[in-house]
Amino acid sequence: MAITAKIGVNEQDVLGALRKFFEDILKIEDIKAILVPQHLPMKNMVMPTLVADPDHLHGVDPLAPAFPMNAAKIVSRLTRKPMGAKIAAVMRPCEIRAFVELVKLKQGSTDEVVIIGIDCLGAYQNKDYARFIEQHGDTSSVIFYQHIMDGHGGQIGGIDLAPACKACEYRVAANADVLIGLYGIDVNDQILIQAQTDVGQDLLAQLDLAEINEPAARQGAVADVIEKCAAYRDEMIAKTREVTESLEKMTAYFAGCVNCYNCRVACPVCYCKECVFVTDVFNHDPSQYLRWANRKGIIKMPTDTLFYHMTRLAHMSTACVGCGQCSNACPNDISVMELFRTIAQDTQKSFDYEAGRSFEEDPPMSVFREDEFAEVVGITN
Amino acid sequence: MEGFEPIIIAFVCNWCTYTAADLAGTSRLPYPKNVRLIRVMCTGMVDPQYIIKAFLEGADGVLVSGCHPGDCHYISGNFKARRRIKLLKEILPQFGFNQERLILTWIGASDGIQFSEIMRDLVSQIKALGPSQAKLKMVI
Repeated sequence: MAITAKIGVNEQDVLGALRKFFEDILKIEDIKAILVPQHLPMKNMVMPTLVADPDHLHGVDPLAPAFPMNAAKIVSRLTRKPMGAKIAAVMRPCEIRAFVELVKLKQGSTDEVVIIGIDCLGAYQNKDYARFIEQHGDTSSVIFYQHIMDGHGGQIGGIDLAPACKACEYRVAANADVLIGLYGIDVNDQILIQAQTDVGQDLLAQLDLAEINEPAARQGAVADVIEKCAAYRDEMIAKTREVTESLEKMTAYFAGCVNCYNCRVACPVCYCKECVFVTDVFNHDPSQYLRWANRKGIIKMPTDTLFYHMTRLAHMSTACVGCGQCSNACPNDISVMELFRTIAQDTQKSFDYEAGRSFEEDPPMSVFREDEFAEVVGITN
Repeated sequence: MEGFEPIIIAFVCNWCTYTAADLAGTSRLPYPKNVRLIRVMCTGMVDPQYIIKAFLEGADGVLVSGCHPGDCHYISGNFKARRRIKLLKEILPQFGFNQERLILTWIGASDGIQFSEIMRDLVSQIKALGPSQAKLKMVI
């Protein structure tokens, strides 16, 4: 039977209770470090930090609506080869889902990491979070989670959750070893801790936690959030289909793209070690541009914009977890996530695959069956 | 469209479909000049990128053709190609390319007659779809 327990919250100090929990984990002999989002001491910005000393957890804040990057890339970096020690990693559900994809692509391993998944309340885009923290200072995270837990949603003072978060139905971490539960819990009194795997079970057994039953309200609270997000997602996808349904509309959609490739850099599941678009293949000969311009009369510079986005879709859409870092990284506010989630829904569905769902399912492009997809073969008429 | 002559880029595998094209040639079986063959060692090496590039450059149709299942010179290249075609047929329509413009066929080395027939069918299918938007509109 999996351990379901609680950590007590004193004087409504939820972040203090979480900090204490992480300290206790770090004090376990096996666990040499913990990866956790934290306010940096030099600037009030939240970034993933790898902490080896329990005294350096003052700024821990997994509830901050900050999502500067998808930490799956960090955990991949920490686990791509044996480290020789075990660590714990506190991650959002979308980060875990992206990490699942990277593990399947042999770009990470679960052997030496205990994944601690936390119920996700959503996050703001980078620019919005900077404004939010400026307005509310040290109390910003408390204001944020209280607002959400009280059922008022994520919009505070004109700043709203990133579209990716509003459309995200994966608010509860699947595939985490240990789950930190917030939805349906009176977080000013207690936080839910649940082991979801044997690894998590072993970890929790070493902590002195009070076991409880899962509060009855939790399932319903989770279902409510998911329902709202799924409705937003469906509407978002329908709208995106409408504004991109033709080549003309699609070129308008990407008209602001300057080929900076930030979306690819920020993407946790863009797995190539070196992207073809930054190789010499695309370092065209100067005379080539003139030939293209001559042939077509006009070419947009830099070239290969749609080519880049379509290729990226072909390469990674079956692994897209919809975390929205692509949109977050876009300097020209192109709604990259909206389109990628829309197409990812189609491609994943066509292979009966769901990115991040399971460590066991093979990525669609890595396997085949002899007898499948007969409908794509042959001439139709 | 009156007088529309489509351009079809065909990625054909060295061992089967290209050999079939060769056989059609030596047997003096004609096929429409709309089809531009590109010989590749295996359909399994056709990166979706090649197909996307062809479409964005204005190809009216793209054919990928290799060995029948079980006959692949590299054992399973054609099965991998089939998955990639399936994938692209999901992506292309959102960019305004009718998925029927992308065709996958199996034409064995001894199928010279079929090669010539399939090329004719292919051209008529693409003709019926009309010219690609990428030819008519500016692509970024």
